[in-house]
Amino acid sequence: MNVVVCVKQIPDPADPGALDPETRTLKRDVKLILDESDSYGVEMGLQLVDAAGEGEVRLVSMAPNNEVSGLRTALAMGAESAVLVSDEALAGSDALSTAKVLAAAIARCEPDLVLAATESSDGYTGTVPVQVAELMDLPSVTFGKEITVEGGTATVKRQTEAGYDEVECPLPCVVSVTAGVVEPRYPSFKGIMAAKNKPVEELDLAGLGIDPTTVGWAGARQEITEIAEAPAREAGEVIVDEGDAHERILAFLDDLKVL
Amino acid sequence: MSDYRPPLDDIRLVLAEISDLAAVCDLPGYQHVDPETVDGVLDELGRFVAEVVAPVNRIGDEEGCTVDDGVVTVPEAFGEAWDRFVEAGWGAISQDPDYGGGGFPGAVQTVMTELLATASRAWSMGPMLTVGALDALHTFADEGLKETYLPKMVSAVWSGTMNLTEPQAGSDVGALTTKAVPQDDGTYRIFGTKIFITFGEHELTENIIQLVLARTPDSPPGTKGISLFIVPKYLVGDDGSLGERNDYKCLSVEHKLGLHASPTCVLSYGDAGDGAVGYLIGEEHQGMRYMFKMMNNARLGVGVEGLAVSERALQQAADYAVERRQGRAIGGPAGEQAAIVEHADVRRMLLTMRAYTDAMRCLLYLNAATLDVAARHPDAEARQAAADRAELLTPISKAWCTDVGVEMASLGIQVHGGYGYIEETGAAQHWRDSRISPIYEGTNGIQAMDLVGRKLPMREGGVMADLLAEVGRFDAELAAAGDGFASIRSGLADALAAMEEATSWLVANGLADPNDAMAGSTPYLRMFGQLVGGWLLARLALGAQRRLDAGEGDAEFLATKVVAARFYAEQLLPVVRAQLGSVTAGKGDLFAVPAGSFSA
Ligand SMILES: Cc1cc2nc3c(=O)[nH]c(=O)nc-3n(C[C@@H](O)[C@H](O)[C@H](O)COP(=O)(O)OP(=O)(O)OC[C@H]3O[C@@H](n4cnc5c(N)ncnc54)[C@H](O)[C@@H]3O)c2cc1C
Ligand SMILES: Cc1cc2nc3c(=O)[nH]c(=O)nc-3n(C[C@H](O)[C@H](O)[C@H](O)COP(=O)(O)OP(=O)(O)OC[C@H]3O[C@@H](n4cnc5c(N)ncnc54)[C@H](O)[C@@H]3O)c2cc1C
Repeated sequence: MNVVVCVKQIPDPADPGALDPETRTLKRDVKLILDESDSYGVEMGLQLVDAAGEGEVRLVSMAPNNEVSGLRTALAMGAESAVLVSDEALAGSDALSTAKVLAAAIARCEPDLVLAATESSDGYTGTVPVQVAELMDLPSVTFGKEITVEGGTATVKRQTEAGYDEVECPLPCVVSVTAGVVEPRYPSFKGIMAAKNKPVEELDLAGLGIDPTTVGWAGARQEITEIAEAPAREAGEVIVDEGDAHERILAFLDDLKVL
Repeated sequence: MSDYRPPLDDIRLVLAEISDLAAVCDLPGYQHVDPETVDGVLDELGRFVAEVVAPVNRIGDEEGCTVDDGVVTVPEAFGEAWDRFVEAGWGAISQDPDYGGGGFPGAVQTVMTELLATASRAWSMGPMLTVGALDALHTFADEGLKETYLPKMVSAVWSGTMNLTEPQAGSDVGALTTKAVPQDDGTYRIFGTKIFITFGEHELTENIIQLVLARTPDSPPGTKGISLFIVPKYLVGDDGSLGERNDYKCLSVEHKLGLHASPTCVLSYGDAGDGAVGYLIGEEHQGMRYMFKMMNNARLGVGVEGLAVSERALQQAADYAVERRQGRAIGGPAGEQAAIVEHADVRRMLLTMRAYTDAMRCLLYLNAATLDVAARHPDAEARQAAADRAELLTPISKAWCTDVGVEMASLGIQVHGGYGYIEETGAAQHWRDSRISPIYEGTNGIQAMDLVGRKLPMREGGVMADLLAEVGRFDAELAAAGDGFASIRSGLADALAAMEEATSWLVANGLADPNDAMAGSTPYLRMFGQLVGGWLLARLALGAQRRLDAGEGDAEFLATKVVAARFYAEQLLPVVRAQLGSVTAGKGDLFAVPAGSFSA
């Protein structure tokens, strides 16, 4: 059972990020870390390989500046190896370009199963996994919360508003995993030390056989036309209990559709 | 209440500028470690303690622990955090690779001690005592015992303790009376009662490895007749399996000011009659010598607790000060309450906490790296010089840092005003938890006597003189650093002069009447700690300035280091000279009051 997990390396969400006014994209010249959203996919992949009793988890990432910090974290959790695609021509890549690159890198691994997060924490277009599936001509299942594999079939519980759907899908396939559905393990001390020596294959566009004019700024099909300051947070509503506070809180939550 | 944020930037800066981590990693046996690896490890360790350990701190304080017929219960959350700790394997970090350890330098172990203790002082007692017991076993036990006990303790699947104290034997360990009776099969049977034993009993681990100091029959009195034993809670079979429960029992756990969830146990050995089975570590009558060898690490570890409470109290106070609004800031808009951080006096408290916290970290990390050099340097002379230096630094690491730690935890409460005195806020817990550190592992009074009575006379005062000379030579670097460092330079020079004067007085008068020297030992320790703190902060500031000039790193963070060093030099370093009168006063007044007349 060979699982590829797509892992995005992103600027630490705890540090205030900055947008580059010229390109209107996030500045990524800082150290990048493993997107927490992807830690669920890594955990799920490790569990599936454990359950199968054979195979391994490989990571695929596209990131600027040959960044490996986030990959090391996922390797320390237990993934065996990683493929990293970095190329200056990838600057300005939109979701489709990203998907093209990932698809080419994943294809080299010949996986039984591809996992990605439902959406990343920084870009959160939520479009890359399905695009990857389409480009690779693989079936795609979204919002996975539980995956079991038997024979050549994956059974996936898909999270829905009401509960979950159970779907079956032949392998290989692409499943996007919802955040919070498993508890990602902490990298162990031994895992961290072992990760130092795990192979990270670094590729550029030429290595993947991708024409640079089809990705990056050159190939972008999306354009960011405007960026604006986020509106200031509005003052909260104070509910003073006059005996009916519980009802008003319920009504408030109902309005927000969180109930 | 705020969460704990591992201060990794601070830690890295001190490791690089003060501990010379790169040089430590070059020592024989540490070649598999480099600063970059340490960086990666600290990232994950920091995340682990913040997410797994820090959340149990408050729970532990509120729930405490209980004993029922010998079975001690600690909060469930403590057990969950312990299991995660074992899974992640952090206990192994600096242990011997032959027994499953990671073989990292002690300097990195010290960082781990800090992170764990800051996250939860009470919880961290378990891992820390296990490391202490491991250290003793690793250094002195024979191979058979090591193979049986070390791997499970390295992985923290079993925990360890230190059993020294008895009711009549506290500071005076030599007064202990617990007996060890040799048996034909080479084992011993232990009889006696130990008190105040930290993590002496609990259900967190499959087994507990008690290290017990006891006397064999006909042994010489005092410290010369003490031997060290392993007494496992469950006897361990040849195949490593756990067998019978050993013959000892936890009679009670203490109700304490702080560290509520760290069980402090009365352990009674040999009640069932046959005696608890014990195995001799090393040779008979060498127990105290072994303890002395372990002492530097153990005391350094307790010193780190002072840093830990200070860091935690500072984080919480700094957060509170920007939230709490009271009073109008001078020059601020009328009718508008300012955040209390806008008031000069609150800033004074916060900067005092900032400066002392940095100074403590510098001292402790330097002490730790010095111990690494003492253990591993290829050159015997360099090893000896480092060993001497570490001996000298240890009492101030322990006593100065824990005294200052209590003061800073108290300041943390002060920043909170009345809310600090209310338990809900959490500031009070840090102070309650901090108060034990000046007491155990040799009271701070004993540390001061150690400094004056044992460390100062080393090489006829040469070890101290070397350090003071090094502080003196540092003046040239400060001079070269320009006007920004002028007040640090003059502050340090004046403090150094006062320290030299006090030292000369002690050397001249201490021999004639030791009580004259002992009378001034605590103020002398304070002035020494205060001076070394200022010296190291200045070194840190020079490093920060160099990075600023080179445009490296976070400018605001680095600039704060320079300000903190200047503030310390101008406003906290004068404490050094202020102690001079107390150091040189002699015993006169202290003994002019009859023992019964201190209170009516
Ligand atoms: C016009 C345009 C220009 C851009 N220019 C740049 C730029 O110059 N530099 C830059 O860094 N970004 C740039 N971006 C951002 C872009 O690269 C997004 O990161 C990309 O579109 C993926 O979108 P997302 O994060 O919303 O993915 P989502 O669809 O939300 O991601 C879902 C999941 O797909 C996987 N995934 C997504 N991206 C990656 C990845 N890179 N590696 C591995 N797995 C991945 C992860 O599992 C992720 O959780 C640009 C975007 C646009 C629209
Ligand atoms: C929470 C807690 C945890 C502990 N954990 C452990 C543990 O795990 N294992 C263990 O073995 N012990 C442990 N102890 C015991 C601790 O080490 C002792 O309490 C400590 O050594 C002091 O001994 P004492 O309490 O008998 O005080 P005393 O020795 O009676 O001291 C009372 C005062 O007299 C002073 N004094 C004593 N002798 C001298 C002297 N010669 N010169 C000058 N001043 C002197 C002291 O400085 C102190 O101020 C723990 C104690 C506590 C409270």
